[in-house]
Amino acid sequence: MTKHSYVTTFINGVLKIILLFIFLVPFLWMISTSLQTLEETLTVPPTLIPESLQWGNFLEALSSGPFGTYFRNSIIVTFSIMLIQLIIMIPAAYAFAKYDFFGKKFLFSCILIAFMIPGQVTFIPVYLMMADWDLIYTLWPQILPFMTNAFGIFLLRQYIMQIPDELLDAARLDNSSEWKIIWKIVVPMAKPALATIMLFSFVSHWNDYFWPLIMTNTEEVRPLTIGISMLREVEGIANWHIIMAGNVILVVPILLAYIFSAKYILRAFVYSGIK
Amino acid sequence: MEPIDKEEGRMSHILNLIRPYVMIAPAMIGIGLFVFYPLVYLFYISLFDFNLMNRLKSEFIGFQNYAEILAREDFYDVLKNTLVYTIGVVLFTIIISLFVAFWLKKQSKLNFIVQAGIFTPHVISIVSISLVWMWLMEPNHGLLNFVLNSLNLPTSQWLQSSSSSMLSIIIVSVWGNIGYYALIIVAAIQGIPGSLYEAAQLDNASRWSILRRITVPMISPQLFFILVTMTIGSFKVFDTVRIMTAGGPNNSTNTIVYYIYSFRTTNIGYASAIGILLVIIIGILTIIYFKILAKKVHYQ
Repeated sequence: MTKHSYVTTFINGVLKIILLFIFLVPFLWMISTSLQTLEETLTVPPTLIPESLQWGNFLEALSSGPFGTYFRNSIIVTFSIMLIQLIIMIPAAYAFAKYDFFGKKFLFSCILIAFMIPGQVTFIPVYLMMADWDLIYTLWPQILPFMTNAFGIFLLRQYIMQIPDELLDAARLDNSSEWKIIWKIVVPMAKPALATIMLFSFVSHWNDYFWPLIMTNTEEVRPLTIGISMLREVEGIANWHIIMAGNVILVVPILLAYIFSAKYILRAFVYSGIK
Repeated sequence: MEPIDKEEGRMSHILNLIRPYVMIAPAMIGIGLFVFYPLVYLFYISLFDFNLMNRLKSEFIGFQNYAEILAREDFYDVLKNTLVYTIGVVLFTIIISLFVAFWLKKQSKLNFIVQAGIFTPHVISIVSISLVWMWLMEPNHGLLNFVLNSLNLPTSQWLQSSSSSMLSIIIVSVWGNIGYYALIIVAAIQGIPGSLYEAAQLDNASRWSILRRITVPMISPQLFFILVTMTIGSFKVFDTVRIMTAGGPNNSTNTIVYYIYSFRTTNIGYASAIGILLVIIIGILTIIYFKILAKKVHYQ
């Protein structure tokens, strides 16, 4: 390489690191603020590294609301949705992929249309239904509406269609029931697609804000996202060190999981994006 | 379930006939109960002066809610805000994502780290992103104004002034979107067969004409996917608005879904009518999407 091209490679690398920083600085700034005193958050120039780490901020954030309950609700809601979706999605995707039946095209297009209709539109009637069913003070309004993962059925069907029919017919000759075929052949073969869909489901429901905001009226049923967003009202607008401490509690577990599995997660998201 | 008994052929025939319906039933019940029925219900409510406390006292008023909504001045402000937001987010995200994707398209360790870094916002809750950016954009003690000040650039009131609030929200959304869309474009570029480029090089094609004649057409399905999903997604913007500005200041960031949300307790008939209008807007966008998608599939 010539001297000139070494220089361009170097500049190129520096610019890429700057780009990376534009995306990392907000998170680093969040972590730094969460460990500062109130005075440090108000200084000009801003304090980049706190003099002594204020771990007490986390305790203060956690004591401003029932965060144990919030956390438990987030876990229950997210994992219930994932489990129910799996149970409903696998047979449906299999039937749409491998059976011919009357009305198949119409029913499948219903799934696709359902995928395009957002919760931001249907939330009022769903709320009224949940109220009629006396479920508003339970976690069900956050779980039930997501029982059918239309996008997941679509993705999984594409995947199952690639499994050769001969394989399934051979199993049928061995007198395997259809449920056994699903469980012993289809599910193991579709694992990558299932993992992608579940990852997608986890991220979107763990992070969801709109739906729980609408469907919850009491602290007993609120998830973590709502709890953290309410810190602003509880703590007042100026206590940024406490708000950021709460935010760290919400972000860091996901961030750590992401750092250790970034390669897989990126591939999964891109896959679901282009297929 | 028991294996099918061959001797009971008729039974197993009937079983085969109904099996697919049994398998899809829970999924269909799910969308019927929580998507299609609510949609009909929403339309029904939109025709009433709906009384939330005592539904029997609700009064049928036909399309009056629609007429009243369409006569409200703030409805058009909200529509305009949503449109400005959508166009701003879609335009900036596509341009920057394209630029970033071409920059990071080669497979290397550094490129992967940068890609993973810019993708980070996509796995994090909008609640967190909004809170962090509110703090960054804080006019007096925020990092953003401090950096601008040190670089001798003009500072801004960001979310706290009606002239800059919408732009601020657009910036946050674009920042959050870029990583995901850049990655999809990178994957699309990497999926283009190398033989096409080799042929072009044999023909001594210029870089510009390779870009225009090969790369852009080959990634156009993904660009189109991005365009549609982002337009529909942006029309539904709510979380950032609700957390960062609550529609303000002076309604400058009030968008359709936030508008619906703000009517949810005071006037459910209004909220439902706007909801139906939003369905129509999204429906039109979707039809365009499928029309062009069908063409594309045919073309390939």
